[in-house]
Amino acid sequence: MSTLVVTQTRFDRTLFVAGAWALALVWILPLAYAVWTAIHPSAYETRFVLLAPLTFENFTRAWNAAPFARYFLNTIMLVTMILAAQLILCIHAAFAFARLDFPGKNLLFALVLVQLMVMPDILLVRNYATMAQLGLVDTILAIGLPYFASGFAIFLLRQTFMTIPKELDEAARVEGCSLPGLIWRVYVPLAKPTILAFALVSVSHHWNNFIWPLIITSSVETRPLTVGLSIFATTDSGTDWSVITAATLITSGPLIIAFLLFQRQFVQSFMRVGIK
Amino acid sequence: MRREWIHAGLLLAPALILLFAFTHLPAIQTVIDSFFSTARGRRPAAFVGLANYERLIGDAIFIRAMVNNAIYAAITIPVSIALALAMALFVHRHIAGRAFLRMAYFTPTVLPLIAVANIWLFFFLPGFGLFEQLRGLIGLSPRNWVGSRDTALYAVMVVTIWNQAGFFMIFYLAALQTIPDTLREAAAIEGTPRWVFFRRVVWPLLMPTTLFLSVNATINAFRMIDHVFVMTQGGPNNASMLLLYYIYEQGFRFWDSAYAATLTVVMVVILAIVGIGQFFLMDRRVHYK
Repeated sequence: MSTLVVTQTRFDRTLFVAGAWALALVWILPLAYAVWTAIHPSAYETRFVLLAPLTFENFTRAWNAAPFARYFLNTIMLVTMILAAQLILCIHAAFAFARLDFPGKNLLFALVLVQLMVMPDILLVRNYATMAQLGLVDTILAIGLPYFASGFAIFLLRQTFMTIPKELDEAARVEGCSLPGLIWRVYVPLAKPTILAFALVSVSHHWNNFIWPLIITSSVETRPLTVGLSIFATTDSGTDWSVITAATLITSGPLIIAFLLFQRQFVQSFMRVGIK
Repeated sequence: MRREWIHAGLLLAPALILLFAFTHLPAIQTVIDSFFSTARGRRPAAFVGLANYERLIGDAIFIRAMVNNAIYAAITIPVSIALALAMALFVHRHIAGRAFLRMAYFTPTVLPLIAVANIWLFFFLPGFGLFEQLRGLIGLSPRNWVGSRDTALYAVMVVTIWNQAGFFMIFYLAALQTIPDTLREAAAIEGTPRWVFFRRVVWPLLMPTTLFLSVNATINAFRMIDHVFVMTQGGPNNASMLLLYYIYEQGFRFWDSAYAATLTVVMVVILAIVGIGQFFLMDRRVHYK
């Protein structure tokens, strides 16, 4: 900062810092409020007494009021399945786009990019009909299937693969490495940062996804957390707010904890994914 | 050469088949469906020409949804981007409590929109929520933010902006890091005021990011509606009805899939326009690189 203070008065700086903090406090307020409500008895929902008694009861009541354990399991199975399928399908496709020559390559790649605009999220009605024809309605597979072939993943991995020097794969081929071997032993390890970044984005996106799972699921055995939470919060209108906020925190908890632990990686991943 | 084609085909086939099955074919099928009536009971779908589109033009709720979506986009896009830029400038360089500030800005982004909608609903609760308590302090009467026709859409927008600004901040942070420090130093030596430096140097250099975010925010304005399900369900009296929510309502509440398909066509056309617009704007991005 030393040389830069020239143009910056102390007043400027104070205003700048105050603005930053004011915005941050406004931004964190809803969450702080939710935490307050969740860890105090409902009598203290809107009474802010510093020494209000703490309680864990809202969490246990929420946990017991709906099959959250099952919802957690469903969500974890869902995001794992989607990520695994996306990586396997898209790594191969991205490699073909990045390194192989074949007729219609540009056209096919343009068709892949179409998905960045017209996502499956929009085509709810038709995709529901497809799932009904396949007999997959109300399965976890049906929640994930439309997202397996991710145009975004193909685009991102292709960009990364194209930066890998061609000499490397010539060397690998001379050594007698097969095409799958080349992809998995040379390209994938070198693309690790991109893959990690995509994984974080994919998991947080599908952990949070709501409308498609809401439509395609109808039983406790398949519902992910987001849908489970919405049903819990709307049908039990008699439930008090402290229990609902506790349930809300339960469903977002793993993401918040993961985010706090891997904050740097999260931010860097999102940045990496954003720079085209 | 031929062998390479076969390899490419094998590598691409699984991904492309799924991509076509759940993106391209449904998009085409949706257009076809929009020219047919909805099959009901024993009566199969029949070709009805433009009847669904005629209904669309005369549908007051559809018009309402389009107007709402336009307001929604016109407010959430610039406000989110402006706040994101402010956030990025705040935490870009050293500032007291930088780690906390960055966390505060970014955390809403990683949370499920459907979950935070519950928190916000409580926040807005008439006469009871925190927002109301603050109003009470300055002597204003309680107000039903989410349940009133004048404010429901704006209550939804607040949550959208809160949720996405931190995400956009990341992109500005990435862009700010690519601006060489020498520019700043040169400006400092010249005695350039901060504001002038920002307007003449930083803002133009951030232009590609701003364009990229505008496209993203536009898509979000049509797609991010999870919180509507919890907060207003399009109500009261369609005051917060948005296009995608209306598609959901027609398709899965009234099971009128033909009309829902017609609405989806409108959505696809809008997104296609955004996509083509982005392609056009991308040319200008190169200019700055």
